[in-house]
Amino acid sequence: MVPLSATRLPSIDVVLVGFGWTGAIMGQELTDEGLSVLALERGPWRSTPERFPPTFAQDELRFYYRHELFQRPAHETLTIRNKPSETALPMRVLGSFLPGTGVGGAGVHWNGQTWRFLPSDFKARSHNAERYGAAAIPPAMTIQDYPLTYDELEPHYDRFEYLCGIAGKAGNLNGTIQPGGNPFEGPRSREYPTPPMPQGYAPTLFAQGAERLGYKPFPQPSGNMSQAYTNPLGVQLGPCTFCGFCEKFGCGNYSKASPQTTILPVLLRKPNFELRTESEVLTINVDRSAKRATGVTYVDAEGREFEQPAELVVLCAYALHNVRLLLLSGIGAPYDPVSGTGVVGKNYAYQVFSTVDVFFDDKILNPFIGAGAHGMVVDEFNGDNFDHSGLGFIGGGYISVLQTGARPIQTHPTPEGTPNWGSAWKRAVAQNYLRSTFIPTHGAVMSYRSNYLDLDPTYRDVYGRPLLRMTFDFGENEHRMSDFLTDRAAEIATAMGATRITRNYRKGSWDVVPYQTTHNTGGAIIGDNPQDSMLNKYSQSWDVPNLFVMGASAFPQNAGYNPTGTVAALAYYAADAIRTQYLNSPGPLVPA
Amino acid sequence: MPEGPTHSTVPTPGTAVPGRVVAGSEPWQPGAAAPEIASSAGGYVFFKPAEAAFVEAAVARLIPADELGGGAIEADVPLFIDRQLNGDFGNATRWYMQGPWGEPTKTQGYQTRLTPAQFYRAAIQAIDAVSTRMHGQAFAALNGDRQDDFLRVLESGAIALDGVDGQAFFGLLLQNTIEGFFCDPVHGGNKDMIGWKLIGFPGARYEQRFFLKAFNQPFPLPPVGIAGRREWSR
Ligand SMILES: Cc1cc2nc3c(=O)[nH]c(=O)nc-3n(C[C@H](O)[C@H](O)[C@H](O)COP(=O)(O)OP(=O)(O)OC[C@H]3O[C@@H](n4cnc5c(N)ncnc54)[C@H](O)[C@@H]3O)c2cc1C
Ligand code: SF4
Repeated sequence: MVPLSATRLPSIDVVLVGFGWTGAIMGQELTDEGLSVLALERGPWRSTPERFPPTFAQDELRFYYRHELFQRPAHETLTIRNKPSETALPMRVLGSFLPGTGVGGAGVHWNGQTWRFLPSDFKARSHNAERYGAAAIPPAMTIQDYPLTYDELEPHYDRFEYLCGIAGKAGNLNGTIQPGGNPFEGPRSREYPTPPMPQGYAPTLFAQGAERLGYKPFPQPSGNMSQAYTNPLGVQLGPCTFCGFCEKFGCGNYSKASPQTTILPVLLRKPNFELRTESEVLTINVDRSAKRATGVTYVDAEGREFEQPAELVVLCAYALHNVRLLLLSGIGAPYDPVSGTGVVGKNYAYQVFSTVDVFFDDKILNPFIGAGAHGMVVDEFNGDNFDHSGLGFIGGGYISVLQTGARPIQTHPTPEGTPNWGSAWKRAVAQNYLRSTFIPTHGAVMSYRSNYLDLDPTYRDVYGRPLLRMTFDFGENEHRMSDFLTDRAAEIATAMGATRITRNYRKGSWDVVPYQTTHNTGGAIIGDNPQDSMLNKYSQSWDVPNLFVMGASAFPQNAGYNPTGTVAALAYYAADAIRTQYLNSPGPLVPA
Repeated sequence: MPEGPTHSTVPTPGTAVPGRVVAGSEPWQPGAAAPEIASSAGGYVFFKPAEAAFVEAAVARLIPADELGGGAIEADVPLFIDRQLNGDFGNATRWYMQGPWGEPTKTQGYQTRLTPAQFYRAAIQAIDAVSTRMHGQAFAALNGDRQDDFLRVLESGAIALDGVDGQAFFGLLLQNTIEGFFCDPVHGGNKDMIGWKLIGFPGARYEQRFFLKAFNQPFPLPPVGIAGRREWSR
């Protein structure tokens, strides 16, 4: 497997592949255990003063429209198609999702919306089958239960929230429902570390409208700080100033939780930690038994290859890149959608998104005063928080007004019927910019037999290696659910006293062009047994026990929430298992 | 794939230099901040005269000057597009531009072999050829109503252009026009913050907490760009 030209480096205990959210968490946890840890990150070093200081971080064209902080398709992209009968073509320009590259990964330019999944989300198959009958799950829907419960993950959710200083209001403290929080959430062992973000006008109107309909709106749990915070590692964050250049931007203000603002100042000072940037891992190497990873091979910016031996390999490269590296390294059986066998690439899922535009004639909302996770949410229609009988779908999503900062290239809404250009367009933009908002619905996507990831037969990256191929479309379940959520959102818009609304239903097949979310899930899922899953509950490879895979690739299907809270909780859960079990007796933590 | 400044390399003892090593603390170097790339002053560098004439005429229809104030011309949108096409965007530096070039479905996005710079060149030539055939004049010489009609047909996809997808070109032109109208002025468009003033966007501010709770009131401060405001440097 190792090319002859690669220089062999001295062995270390742990190699982390990728240095974003999960890489930083694993680095911190495993160095605490005394292990020598090396992180390899394909992109450059990135810090607040150098890459996104407040002197130029607020540049919409540069950072969002010209993609400065994101992965470069010229270097690596993937091919996409809606169904197996089509020919996949490369995503030549980023669109639907924006994977990160460089230190901090997508954790630099995320919004900070920090969620826990519902207890029932961990039992997607058994819970729905029990409540609605086995027939509620169509044969093509390949959803699975998680091999662990919400309760097992709770302490690990808590660790991430306290690392980040998440601003929020608990809705369920040890089983007791709390006013002002999300009454549907699973029990929390303690309150959020910081109080919720103060709310601007549009979220306030949304909450009032939702209350009129009898819902229980609550503040979006936020990785943007509502006040100064010192985390358990001693790292400090400053209060968010509502600059509004947050999602898709780095924070110049040390106010958004990211690897840089929560972990790196401590981790980089540890003598048993080293980071190598501009070091891209090409393969995970295994020995002849194919049951042990021997390390990784990587290439540096000068094109030189190195073999880095390690006792433990942890993939932290983001869901899509994790799957591609497994496939390129020949680890695990590739998923075959015809027979439904194999595990690598199985159960790829995403997020389904729709919006309702809300226009007022008589209210100035100042929508540019925003932050990535500033807003009010209702959760009445998420997961199984409502009775789905007769609705023809399972799952759900949240409905909110998130005032993230109306940067004008992206946000210049006009009511239905306005032309796309000319004086009438200009007048409508001038009239509505300050007086409009929108209500997104953020829905779950189930997994299906024919939605999967594999290697593309035609297209190659800069090193001549096959690109990842994504075969994905929304199912009937997602369309029904999203339409249902859109109608509920429109009712709230009306209850807000809107002058005009536009319902933007999610119609047709998944399209790679408009940005939706960077919530790609599945492909290296956790499960109960090696036939159905790539990983056990500790995110450990069934086949190669000294390989662990972090990230949303572990999700058997996607829930109605943003992923990172659960991604981080699974990372802490895995780190805990490595520290307390694996190191004592290296080997499978769950018998196959 | 490094971009912008990178740090000095610390060799790992006894080996060739394996990537760039960061250890011991967070590296920082004076002057290492990735600089803002301000658009250069002066005339067109990318557009040839006939291309400039088309772009000036077209963007003046897309965002016209009217009773609400200046439009794309007053915002220097043609200059903005010129500089964009002359740089990384125009050359598709970040994009995946390897073949083969398949026939895309409706959902597979940009699959054009041309870079944006090449696309503008080819499309403008094809548009002027059609305009000359239909009206005996290049697009820029038509009166405003005829230009609007032409753009509407282009937008609808009903005009067949020689060798280029007219509807896709219209989409690109409109997107770049909106970018040039609303971007930070350092990029050469949105001159005098004309776009921001039109809608009430206060620009590249970093502290807005003081007005979060001022419901239903107009924001009291004028817009500011990354380079400040013109009057600051007078
Ligand atoms: C615009 C945007 C907004 C978002 N908002 C939210 C939100 O509000 N809430 C939420 O929950 N989630 C959000 N997310 C998602 C969130 O950013 C991710 O879930 C999270 O960063 C995933 O962590 P990770 O460690 O798996 O990957 P990342 O943080 O992306 O880190 C992966 C790292 O691995 C590196 N890498 C990849 N391949 C290799 C290789 N071969 N060799 C070496 N290094 C490699 C990458 O360069 C990258 O730095 C958002 C994402 C984006 C882009
Ligand atoms: S909105 Fe707040 S957290 Fe987000 S970038 Fe601005 S200051 Fe940072």
